[in-house]
Amino acid sequence: MSIITPDPNHHSVILGKDQPMPLDCGAMISDITMAYNTYGQLNPDKTNAILVCHALTGDQFAASKQPLTGKDGWWSVMIGPGKVLDTDKYFVVCANILGGCMGTVGPKDINPDTGKAYGLDFPIITIADMVRTQALLQDYLEIPSWFSVVGGSMGGMQVLQWAAAYPERCFSAIPIATAAKHSAQNIAFHEVGRQAVMADPDWLGGKYLEHDKNPRAGLAVARMAAHVTYLSESALHRKFGRNLQDRDNLTYGFDADFQVESYLRYQGINFVDRFDANSYLYVTRAMDYFDLARDHGGSLPAAFEGTQTRFCVVSFSSDWLFPTTESKEVVRALIAAAANVSFVEIETDKGHDAFLLDTPEMLQTMGGFLASTAKSRGLEQ
Amino acid sequence: MIENTTLTRPQDIRVDLQLIAEMVKPGSRVLDVGCAEGTLLSHLVATKEVDGRGIELSQAGVNTCVSKGLSVVQGDADADLTDYPDKGFDYAILSQTLQATHRPMLVMEQLLRVGKKAVVSFPNFAYWRCRSYLAFNGRMPMTSSLDYAWYETPNIHFCTLRDFTVLCNDLGIRLEKSIIVGGDGKVLEYDINSRRANFFAAQCVFLLSD
Repeated sequence: MSIITPDPNHHSVILGKDQPMPLDCGAMISDITMAYNTYGQLNPDKTNAILVCHALTGDQFAASKQPLTGKDGWWSVMIGPGKVLDTDKYFVVCANILGGCMGTVGPKDINPDTGKAYGLDFPIITIADMVRTQALLQDYLEIPSWFSVVGGSMGGMQVLQWAAAYPERCFSAIPIATAAKHSAQNIAFHEVGRQAVMADPDWLGGKYLEHDKNPRAGLAVARMAAHVTYLSESALHRKFGRNLQDRDNLTYGFDADFQVESYLRYQGINFVDRFDANSYLYVTRAMDYFDLARDHGGSLPAAFEGTQTRFCVVSFSSDWLFPTTESKEVVRALIAAAANVSFVEIETDKGHDAFLLDTPEMLQTMGGFLASTAKSRGLEQ
Repeated sequence: MIENTTLTRPQDIRVDLQLIAEMVKPGSRVLDVGCAEGTLLSHLVATKEVDGRGIELSQAGVNTCVSKGLSVVQGDADADLTDYPDKGFDYAILSQTLQATHRPMLVMEQLLRVGKKAVVSFPNFAYWRCRSYLAFNGRMPMTSSLDYAWYETPNIHFCTLRDFTVLCNDLGIRLEKSIIVGGDGKVLEYDINSRRANFFAAQCVFLLSD
């Protein structure tokens, strides 16, 4: 499906037309519709392109209005004229991931073989598969190498996969609040989310679109549970405490008495309006399967052996979903591989979501890293 | 306070950095452990064209380094040197940091594991002004620019020139070059093992190998 949007930055392309692309699961995929946004201008040397990889529930509208919610892009704080990813200097590309639901082919699209939505007939996809399609997009855009590949959370997994799979095609890499593998705790949270979706009677074994249904309640619960993991105990306390929602007393019932309950319900309800339930299953699965060391004989340094890519790894002190220990594991592997790496842990109580927010130390570190990297890339400052 | 002289006056730091820089061969691979705001590392990159990396404990220090274009990771000498491969650097530098480490001996061993050579600089606690401050005031010596009281100083393992050379001897570490500097910032030509050296040296810089 194509997103109807007046956004002049929005594009869509069909990749892998002549050459079907093999997926990790063994299936082949061809005629891959990919939706992407671009901001800024590609320079004549094609050396100023930055790929932004979005997270689990993000999309290509990184720096422009999301057409379904009407809200500003999820990384508007980062991308724009004069910002860290300065669109006066850089050509920023952000594509909806394979398996997504904002224009790139995913389980809610029509399977040409059946004329019905794919549902669970969509092949299982991995982070590596997402990156393969982004490499096809890079070819299509005729960009020999990205100046930088940048992303947080699942976006950071894609950044690491990029650096491991196509080191010569990314000059620098900024993995933020991420890990080289999905931890048992994170798989556990994802499983809770998936089971919530599948327990919804409207999920119908994944065929809800054929019956004009939507497992809204299940997906909303999945989002609520996940949303808690994006915050921190102290951020929740600071934001809500035990404050009551529009009332002076407890109701002695199961209404949303507390502000935090009301907030989570709002997050859940809003999410289902813009996200496909099956897509949520597929993309969480892709994150669970991610294990960069396993793909390189059990050795994470082997994934980065001989790399010339410059790395800037960023973590946040209160992130318990992708804690600093996970980032340090990546840093350790990069050091062992003699890679050019910078690493900083940002002190903040904002939790995992800090990478999406106006976190001055993060912006400052990335800005400094990109400025010096631009210099060594020979880009005009 | 020790009047007129300190162990870390700006000009002393500059002397210290210059002496370290003179020990580093151009174009080499350098790890600066405890690189602070990257002053030495930038100097080495600019004047010696080294391939430089750093480790720094403070977020602010790392930020400053990264924005200068240096490759610096947040970490500390005690815990994070073990991550580095054997002899991956031509030089592992520990400038004015030894006295702030928890386990100086292990740090010394790690320096010479990750570096083919190590460069270590530190203030000499047996410097005569320190001795006299302790002797006559009966208080722990403090400096005017780094005026930490004993109960809040990050410098938990001060040592003397003599202590250091004995440790190197015990660890089988060779002193390839030894330079000592007096309170006026001038290089002293005394025998490194002499009592005079240990009395008059304010700063010591060593090039070490195993």
